[in-house]
Amino acid sequence: MRRWLLWTPLALFGLLFAVVAGGLIKPADRTVRSAMIGKPLPDFTLPPIAPGKPGLSTAVFRQGQPRLLNIFASWCIPCAAESPQLLRLKAMGVPVDAIAIRDTAPALRGFLNRNGDPFDRIGDDRQSAVQLALGSSGVPESFVIDGKGRIVHQHVGDIRASDVAAIAAAVKNAR
Amino acid sequence: MTAEIGLAALWLAAALAALQLVMAALGLARGQPEPVAAVRPIAIVQGALAAITMIALIALFLASDMSVKLVVENSHSAKPWIYKFAGAWGNHEGSMLLWVTILGLAGGAVAILERRLPERTLIATLGAQAGIALGFYAFLLFASNPFARISHAPPNGLGLNPLLQDPGLAFHPPTLYIGYVGISVAFSFAVGALITRDVGPAFARAMRPWVLASWVFLTLGITAGSYWAYYELGWGGWWFWDPVENASLMPWLAATALLHSVTVLATRDGLRAWTVMLAVVAFSMSMIGTFLVRSGILTSVHAFAVDPERGAFILALLLIYIGGALALFAARIGTVRAGNTFEFVSREGGLVINNLLLSVILGIVLIGTLYPLVAASFGVQLSVGPPFFNKAAGPIALALVVAMAVGPLLRWRRDDAGALLDRLIWPIAATGFTGAALVVLAPPGVLPLLGISLAAGLAVASILPLIGRNLLRTPLFTWGMVVAHLGIAVSLVGMACDSAYTAETLIAARVGQPVRVGPYVVRLAGIKPVVGDNWSALEARLTATRDDDTIVLRPQSRFFTDPVTATSESAIATEWDGQLYTVLGQADEQGRWQLRLWWKPFVTLIWLGGVLIALGGALSLIGRWRRERRERRVVVQERYA
Repeated sequence: MRRWLLWTPLALFGLLFAVVAGGLIKPADRTVRSAMIGKPLPDFTLPPIAPGKPGLSTAVFRQGQPRLLNIFASWCIPCAAESPQLLRLKAMGVPVDAIAIRDTAPALRGFLNRNGDPFDRIGDDRQSAVQLALGSSGVPESFVIDGKGRIVHQHVGDIRASDVAAIAAAVKNAR
Repeated sequence: MTAEIGLAALWLAAALAALQLVMAALGLARGQPEPVAAVRPIAIVQGALAAITMIALIALFLASDMSVKLVVENSHSAKPWIYKFAGAWGNHEGSMLLWVTILGLAGGAVAILERRLPERTLIATLGAQAGIALGFYAFLLFASNPFARISHAPPNGLGLNPLLQDPGLAFHPPTLYIGYVGISVAFSFAVGALITRDVGPAFARAMRPWVLASWVFLTLGITAGSYWAYYELGWGGWWFWDPVENASLMPWLAATALLHSVTVLATRDGLRAWTVMLAVVAFSMSMIGTFLVRSGILTSVHAFAVDPERGAFILALLLIYIGGALALFAARIGTVRAGNTFEFVSREGGLVINNLLLSVILGIVLIGTLYPLVAASFGVQLSVGPPFFNKAAGPIALALVVAMAVGPLLRWRRDDAGALLDRLIWPIAATGFTGAALVVLAPPGVLPLLGISLAAGLAVASILPLIGRNLLRTPLFTWGMVVAHLGIAVSLVGMACDSAYTAETLIAARVGQPVRVGPYVVRLAGIKPVVGDNWSALEARLTATRDDDTIVLRPQSRFFTDPVTATSESAIATEWDGQLYTVLGQADEQGRWQLRLWWKPFVTLIWLGGVLIALGGALSLIGRWRRERRERRVVVQERYA
């Protein structure tokens, strides 16, 4: 057997070791990067679902004022956990709109009674069509939209108390 | 007090491992008799001390001693005692302690039992074993102390993941660990033999029982793990190519190859370098597997970075042991005298093909498992799933089945291709007949068709070595080979039937509504809440009717409060020809219940085959042991004649 051949296992192991050590020293960036950031909000018009509250369309986001768009559902438990943060953002002066995914009017009414209602408008997206167009894979998910209808920030998952400041800042900077 | 005894025993065991290493090195370097004589007793005491540390930890868990950090984080005083017991190793520190305990006990066992090896090689082996143990002792003492106390003892612990509260999982890790550690002994033997340049049949015979025993435990552990995942996770699958599953599969593949090549070395003095290489690779796989999974680098690079100290420690151990052994191999193996040669068409040749195919599968699994890690280092996030593994490994596994059928029918050293074909007539006929019957009766896909037909051929070929022999006088290790190969055929039929003929129904059912799945009509008879020790659940009552027989199944969806978790408890009815597998899902607002129903024909054969494979290994082990005892008795009688 050739002598150099005997050293190849060690060389292969060295390579493997380098990769693993690299992974240890420089942990990979695991945050989800949205392809939607910087893109305009897709065109949609959604009917109302909550009594006395208007539905939602893209036109609302082009009126010059940055807004927070929250995608939620009454059947989603993290959405209930997120409610206090949305109420806080609302109290801080951030306008909040919502799209309700695969929801029904009675279930939604119960959800808003239990958890509070921070929303100016709620659109009814029964088939998840707009959710898919937005590139959102689950609920809850939130987008910060500047006054020209462009997405400037995306938050996947529920907004925690520690996220509130960053989102409020993103809305402020979008002006 | 118990915690302090455990910690003290751990320090002492570590000190003895260091002493064992130094004595072995001195004995080998200077050839003085005193250090050589000291190595064996030290190894035995070190094993006993390791056992004391593990007993101390188990005692702490059983007593729910909430002043110990590990107990607080992984146990709860209200837990059934069996899970407190298993909780001792159901966590990082405890499982590492179990590892080193089995390692220490195995070293002691080598010191007591091993009589075949020349003394120098045995001393080198025990020295290598001490070196491995020392690294793990250091890891425990400096980075993962299982006996650490906390200053404010809380009244209760945090509990154990409900998924892990299952008797199957309580005993799954020890089974696998015995397998891993057995391989570490084989590794020490290989290192010992390389150091003394004594790679020969005596070394192979000494190593073989360790390889066989660890292979039996690995097989059992993998089989049990696969069935556990199948019934507990409620996904209806039995193998997911998850990094954790691959972590036990890779050492098994290497150990299987090693098992066959060590036989060539023991009986024919061939494949010297290859056998040593496989011993190193097998242990490398068990280390890479266990620790990459333990450190979380494969499932999530993030978890690895959370504790860089542990990660660095593990990496250092990997570098020293695997890198050291591979360097020793490269430097030394050239000076080891080559073994016997053989013709290509021969039993040895068949075993070489077997080894190569196993190695290729191992390579595929390793690449698939590590690829996400490599990609991540280039900034790409991806995962490698079952489609890759099935497509890449499936055809090679089928080629391996052919090699398995042919191999045992070959003669040692040289054989005649024409005569071999004559011997293969019945297996080939069985393969052809089964294939034709399947195409006519129930055509499956290409891979399952090949799988079932080749399994039939393999089953026939496996039994052939017994034909025309006196079955009572056939050596037990021949029986072992027959049973193990038959087990592979049985498993393969189960896998192929499951992938080809499984019927699945996912439906939102109203109470009373009939649903058809496979040969069954399933009706949702009712839903009621039930309460257990530390959970509550919704339980469905399903009546499943087939011909005129009706059985009742009760799948649950369970909710645990401490910590809050939901699990689905599947209900499975086992028939002679398959399993009806039922899972209860969510309710929708119209009052319908989501039901997942599977009819899985012959799926149980997968695990029955696994048990047969392990049984075959055990028979071989007993057979070898009995023959050796007999031979030793003959030697003794001759000496006194």
